Amino acid sequence: MSDPTDADRLAQRNANTLAFMRELPHAKALGMEVTEAADGRAVTQMDYDPRFIGDPETGVIHGGAVSALMDTCCGAAVMSHPDNPGTTATLDLRIDYMRPAKPGDRITATATVYNMTRTVAFVRAFATDKDTARPVATATGAFTIQGGT
Amino acid sequence: MASQPEPVMVIKQRRDAALNALVDGIPYATFLGIRFDRRGDELTAVLPFDQALIGNPLLPAIHGGVTAAFLETTALIELRWAELWSAMESGADVSAAPRSMPKTIDFTIDYLRSGLPRDAYARARVNRSGRRYASVHVEAWQDNRRRLFAQATGHFLMPSQDG
Repeated sequence: MSDPTDADRLAQRNANTLAFMRELPHAKALGMEVTEAADGRAVTQMDYDPRFIGDPETGVIHGGAVSALMDTCCGAAVMSHPDNPGTTATLDLRIDYMRPAKPGDRITATATVYNMTRTVAFVRAFATDKDTARPVATATGAFTIQGGT
Repeated sequence: MASQPEPVMVIKQRRDAALNALVDGIPYATFLGIRFDRRGDELTAVLPFDQALIGNPLLPAIHGGVTAAFLETTALIELRWAELWSAMESGADVSAAPRSMPKTIDFTIDYLRSGLPRDAYARARVNRSGRRYASVHVEAWQDNRRRLFAQATGHFLMPSQDG
């Protein structure tokens, strides 16, 4: 049997990241799905749920639920980066709320690691509802790189 | 006839009813289990630990998104509370007439250390509250008040006064 190639190892790691992200208790509580995580880019989705409402007058989802989705998505992107030897934690995260998400719509977040050092990953993310042309929120964050040798 | 001061129980009941109405009005706060302790006008948000709040089960640590939501809720409630205070103190039943929530423009969270599997507390300070915009700072801690595990600053759009 031949040795696994680098590509095989990377594919295995990305699969592991996906499996790990699916088991996070709070991500499960929110019904989050990490649909993609590879090469420093991740996509995470969350269905609308009346329990996540922030403003009952409008039925709009709480900013905190969007933050949780963004944070998970950014973390998945960092974990899937080929230069990340281990796990990660959020150092800081800034969320800009562009417009209210449409009540009832599924929300999709996409995160990209745009710069990576030995110790820090810099990440950008955006979230949309069904109207994918106009973002609901954007985020920028710095994440730790842990577990390196 | 000299007017008697209001009995303390009446004042407390009015304040607590107003606070409860604010918090109960946010389904997501209930979902996370957030409640508020009150001493006079000082509010402390409390997030009792629950397994469903865990982000990384290996550490284990509270999910960064939970921390973000906890801090943002604390900021929003503090803003609404400060806004209601004078009307409430003049005897108005503010719990009956919910006004629109302020809208978060941006929120920046500084994660200082990982959230342990324990209860968490937070207090917000309204640094500026204008007619349209407000700036609020929030601090969160667990066992030691002086060892913050997260802090945040947010900007909020205030609901129009005549809407």
